[in-house]
Amino acid sequence: MATALDEAFAKAKKDDRCALIGYVVAGDPDMETSRAVIDAVVEAGVDIVELGIPYGDPLADGPTIAAGSQRAIASGATIDGVMRLVGQTKAPVLLFTYINPILQYGLEKFAMGAKRYGAVGVIIPDVPLEELDPIREVIRKNGLIMPMLVSPTTPDERMRKIASDSEGFTYLVSRLGVTGAKDAPDTSAVRAQLEKLRKMTGRPIAAGFGISKAPHIVAVRDYADGVIVGSAIVDAYASAKGAPNAAAAATRLVRLLRLACKRAPAAAASAT
Amino acid sequence: MHKPDERGYFGEFGGRWVPEVLVKPLADVEAAMSEAFADPSFWDEFHGLLSEYVGRPSPITTAKRFAQPRSATIVFKREDLNHTGAHKVNNTIGQALLAKRMGKTHLIAETGAGQHGVAVATIGAKLGLPVDVYMGAVDVERQALNVYVMRLLGATVHEVTGGTQTLKDATNEAFRVWASQCDDTFYVIGSVVGAHPYPFMVREFQRIIGDEVRVQCQGKFGRLPSDIIACVGGGSNAMGIFTAFIDDRNVNLWGVEAAGKGLNTPENAAALAAGSIGVLHGSRSYLLQTNEGQVRPTHSVSAGLDYPGVGPEHAFLKDSGRAKYVAVTDAEAIAAFKACASMEGIIPALESAHALAYAEKLAKERGEEALIVVNLSGRGDKDVTQIEKAEAEAMFTEAVPA
Ligand SMILES: Cc1ncc(COP(=O)(O)O)c(C=O)c1O
Repeated sequence: MATALDEAFAKAKKDDRCALIGYVVAGDPDMETSRAVIDAVVEAGVDIVELGIPYGDPLADGPTIAAGSQRAIASGATIDGVMRLVGQTKAPVLLFTYINPILQYGLEKFAMGAKRYGAVGVIIPDVPLEELDPIREVIRKNGLIMPMLVSPTTPDERMRKIASDSEGFTYLVSRLGVTGAKDAPDTSAVRAQLEKLRKMTGRPIAAGFGISKAPHIVAVRDYADGVIVGSAIVDAYASAKGAPNAAAAATRLVRLLRLACKRAPAAAASAT
Repeated sequence: MHKPDERGYFGEFGGRWVPEVLVKPLADVEAAMSEAFADPSFWDEFHGLLSEYVGRPSPITTAKRFAQPRSATIVFKREDLNHTGAHKVNNTIGQALLAKRMGKTHLIAETGAGQHGVAVATIGAKLGLPVDVYMGAVDVERQALNVYVMRLLGATVHEVTGGTQTLKDATNEAFRVWASQCDDTFYVIGSVVGAHPYPFMVREFQRIIGDEVRVQCQGKFGRLPSDIIACVGGGSNAMGIFTAFIDDRNVNLWGVEAAGKGLNTPENAAALAAGSIGVLHGSRSYLLQTNEGQVRPTHSVSAGLDYPGVGPEHAFLKDSGRAKYVAVTDAEAIAAFKACASMEGIIPALESAHALAYAEKLAKERGEEALIVVNLSGRGDKDVTQIEKAEAEAMFTEAVPA
């Protein structure tokens, strides 16, 4: 069964571009602004929305997303509130959060709710392979997928296993460390990783963590099926005052990023 | 010996709930640890430093006046006499030696009260390894003396301004930094918390405390203690003194958490007494959290106990009933702090004062035959200004009737 996610990757491929996956912190800085920002990024060309359920102790995130999560929590974001945002989003939505809020909410209830509101799947960065099976069983049973992450520290054998277990796409963490737009990724290293992963899986691959500017996308777009931009989007809307300005700032950035996703005609043939 | 299973679980607690980037570094630490633990020369070097540099074995002292009138015998295990003034140094020496063995050139650590930071800075100076310490901005302010000491020892102290600006956030930051520097950096965790193998590894470095107590009690009293009491922040001094006695069913084990302003208020740090099961800093254990799964802000007068989680082995000991966990308020700890100072001539750490406060209660319930050992996990120099402040506030509140 093709999911909305598969369709989004297929459509991008047909257009000769890598898919643009945009991350926003749900409820940051408040629900009203967040709704406007999500609509704006979809309108401006994000193919898939990665919607972060705010968590106060996010080990995989840098200062930008951690601060966004704090703002959202402070303004009263709840998991139920985030679910309603999913229901109102026009692009396919992947939820992104940590295991503790999910366990506390109730894994089964979480998966059922996410499905009911129309999410495609969930990414839980602090659930590595070793802890995966019982969690994924419940997620799967409810018709959701779980994309998994590989990182620069992942040994080859493990990478092969993760790539074959990952659902929807494989998420290549493009640098050592956490999310954030401050340091540029080493794009030639990312390309090498993408080429290696390509030999391990027939499913799409998307690169994220550190990818924050059009040139980063240009450097990897011929090797990846998708790119994930998070902190740069959060930075863009967080520095704007009020929902309309936040939406406008996010729109400006996403348009640029989306343009960068389009492959040059000569390179298009070498893309998958 | 009680070991976690191969995935790092004590029963249903523990594990390795971390982002993929940290899985390999943790597996590397685990492999190096297993290899070192099987190598007698590693333990020779460890025990050599503990005796020459730290001054172990630490003595036991019979407390003749504290908690009088009572009939039970109370004995203090004197970790306060260790170099750097707390039990923390045992573990940091073990981890620093392991780091060297792995060829790591750099140490990082989190700290709350500053005792662990000071211990890491100390061993970094001794072994010639640069040290970066992450500390919440609130703690940097309340533990200014220890910040100065760490800097004197050559460490760089980084002030963490995210979240609640305390130990929990310093720990988050240390994990994030490790994720970006794991190739040359060893993360020295300060308690029996974090992802596998840390809870097990830290316990094995701290078990020296209980191993010594066993020999010392046999020698001095010709028998094992009836009760062992230790404070529980993350739980390392408690696991350190408990481990040698786990199989001795007639030795009662007591862990004392910080009840802060009371277990019926939100201002406490008692994860076992007032928390629920969750995941924090890579392991599944008890945790103070909201029903949305957000980690709750905590309070304790003692910075070293002010942590929302607890080591997974304690969660296991609690649920299996092998150890009992109780909680003591700020006020009770302060009273015990003062009693110990004036009656025994020992200024204990405020953390340890929690264990002392419970010892006072227990000594009164137990009969003449009881032999109660209290782990005096550290000395209280760092806490005297805090006590002075608390006294002044108390006087002020008394002077102004509500
Ligand atoms: C003297 C002392 N005792 C106890 C603790 C609490 O830690 P743990 O429960 O890991 O022994 C600390 C922590 O800073 C400490 O400094």
